Amino acid sequence: MTIAATGRPSGHRDRMRSLFGRDPIGYAFIAPYVLFLGGLFAYPLLVALYISFFDYFFAAPGAQVDRPFVGLSNYTAVLSDSVFQRSMLNVAEFIVINVPLTVLLSLVLAAALNAKLPFRAFFRVAYYIPYVTASVAVIGVWLWLFSRDGLINGVLGPLAPSPSWLVSDVLAMPIIALVVTWKQLGFYVILYLAALQNIPRELYEAAEVDGAGVVRKFMSITIPGVSSVTTLVVILATIVGANLFTEPYLLTGGGGPNGASMSPVLLMYQQGIEQGHAGYAAAIGVVLAIIVMTISAINRFVLEKD
Amino acid sequence: MARTWLRVGGVATALVLLIAGCIGDNGGGGGPASDATATGPIKIWYSNNAEEVTWGKAMVTAWNKDHPAEQVTGEEIPAGKSSEEVIGASITAGNTPCLIFNTSPAAVPQFEKQGGLVALDTFPDGASYIQARTGDRADQYKSTDGKFYQMPWKTNPVMIFYNKTVFAKAGLPTDNPPLTTYADFLATAKTLVAKGGVQAAIWPSPTSDFYQPWFDFYPLFIAQTGGKQLVEGGVPQFDGPDGLAVADFWKSLYEQKLVPNEAYQGDSFADQKAAMAIVGPWAIAVYGTKIEWGAVPVPTKDGMAPGDIHTFSDEKSIGMYSSCTNLGTAWSFLKFTTSKDSDGQLLTLTGQMPMRTDLTATYPDYFTAHPEYTAFADQASRTVEVPNVPNSVEMWQTFRDAYSASVIFSKTPVDEAFKTAADEIKTMVSGN
Repeated sequence: MTIAATGRPSGHRDRMRSLFGRDPIGYAFIAPYVLFLGGLFAYPLLVALYISFFDYFFAAPGAQVDRPFVGLSNYTAVLSDSVFQRSMLNVAEFIVINVPLTVLLSLVLAAALNAKLPFRAFFRVAYYIPYVTASVAVIGVWLWLFSRDGLINGVLGPLAPSPSWLVSDVLAMPIIALVVTWKQLGFYVILYLAALQNIPRELYEAAEVDGAGVVRKFMSITIPGVSSVTTLVVILATIVGANLFTEPYLLTGGGGPNGASMSPVLLMYQQGIEQGHAGYAAAIGVVLAIIVMTISAINRFVLEKD
Repeated sequence: MARTWLRVGGVATALVLLIAGCIGDNGGGGGPASDATATGPIKIWYSNNAEEVTWGKAMVTAWNKDHPAEQVTGEEIPAGKSSEEVIGASITAGNTPCLIFNTSPAAVPQFEKQGGLVALDTFPDGASYIQARTGDRADQYKSTDGKFYQMPWKTNPVMIFYNKTVFAKAGLPTDNPPLTTYADFLATAKTLVAKGGVQAAIWPSPTSDFYQPWFDFYPLFIAQTGGKQLVEGGVPQFDGPDGLAVADFWKSLYEQKLVPNEAYQGDSFADQKAAMAIVGPWAIAVYGTKIEWGAVPVPTKDGMAPGDIHTFSDEKSIGMYSSCTNLGTAWSFLKFTTSKDSDGQLLTLTGQMPMRTDLTATYPDYFTAHPEYTAFADQASRTVEVPNVPNSVEMWQTFRDAYSASVIFSKTPVDEAFKTAADEIKTMVSGN
């Protein structure tokens, strides 16, 4: 009442409220994360976008170097580069194998781990261990399994493939997809477990009263009950797949054999870090980000349509 | 909604302009030092293998004792996937030390392009000192502008190391084994795999890394051509008859399963999975007491007298970096560490060959006491470097990809792959 009578404070407060909302203190709470996000994600992304339009390379501070504006030529070069095209096909092959396998295995395992199993806590931890183990150590084990003289070929004997797993341009990428699926599984199992525990028990009990079996309950209650997590898992697995680097770098000797497991991020590393073509590498990154965002949007649209 | 997007667009544009202002400014402070006489404390990096650390520490201690006003701090080069990546990142950050005793010649054109290196010709006695110490071989280390952006320091001339025990088991002579011609080498390789109890005759890494040709194709190419570089005068040399002969030789080894096309996880020669290896004199200290070894020059198509065979240098240079302010001290310390005495210590402690003329005459006592190094010292006088050309790493990666496709994995004909790679490389090394 008093404020309304004086006029000015009321107008000032209204303007403040329209700018910052009713609880401006909220901005202080989110500020650390906004700064983190801005400094470590948004700023580098914009820098990458900027340098993708230049013949850019990293130079010493103060060095007088020529890094001319080249417009879209980095993008046209990337899109017509046969190595980049091959790397995109490779990663598409990876995603086609990895994403469905991830969804299927993590959901089934989560459902099993959600049941009253003996040693349930042990199994939950066991599936999570690969996810938190350093990739380099994990890959050492898979090398031992799948190398020419490894355990798998030892067991298969004369049935072992020739050329062997990691030097076969047909088998190298599926093996990498398998390794990544196995390594990431624990994380997705946790997501599904959380979702499963939110499905009311009454639904299962009602279904049992109606005579539903295990499969019918799984199909009619469990899968719809975790659909929002399935969307998340598909999107995250797609993003992880598109950023594939460590496995082809270590497992198949830098994208081998003969480029059969080359990934776009590995190519970015070669171009930007090893060969000093940061502008070109940035263009690969931008193209990749656009493709991943598009695929994720389509995934979300398709999976959430129902 | 439209207003929100307008705001977002406005903020994004402002940020891009801000970024352009930040990273587009090259004229700021901290630029390359220009006073070649400035003295004072400096920092250096040396390699992190135990022998070179010992040498590096000894050099720093000896220098610091006599130069209280020009103290040197020595550190091992920070760990990374490769020294080149660490140095490249450090140049960008502006925190390189004054000197790095582990600069790869293949990376020099890139470091130079980054504005990270000081031309040693800046010093009045720079070029003459290098040429007096290294002789004619120094010319290979000049950049395209005719200047020295690196000091040729030490070489590990590569030769064929072989396991005498495996050769004996296969019924092959252990002294002067038949490894001089391609036909001899192939026949020996077959015998070794059939009777020597090894999985491979020789096991060079088949991975896609740009530097792998230095330890399979390139030494044999240099030998076959009598000392040519991969590219000379801007023209690729590897797609000619000699290059194709070398490639066909390796292709035969791969096709006959005498050389595996899968990388060995470990050291195949030390583990006695391979009978031979292409290595430099560093290997003597590593394998010396564990394996009864011999060393011969790399093979050529029809054989050549050992004294005529050239090989890859596997050289490391000393780079002086532009973030250095006390250039005078850096140059004095560089000369101190490449003096006759310091080079002698390097040879004694590491077994690696200083880039000096006439090594055996300069250090007769050492080679009398260590005759096993003499063949490498002789070979060190006939070494060839990687070409000092723009886009050097990209050039090697292009070559490696063509070699992998045609020689290691037989996906394309060798002549076709090499011709395509040569056309691309010709454009690349012209700087376009």
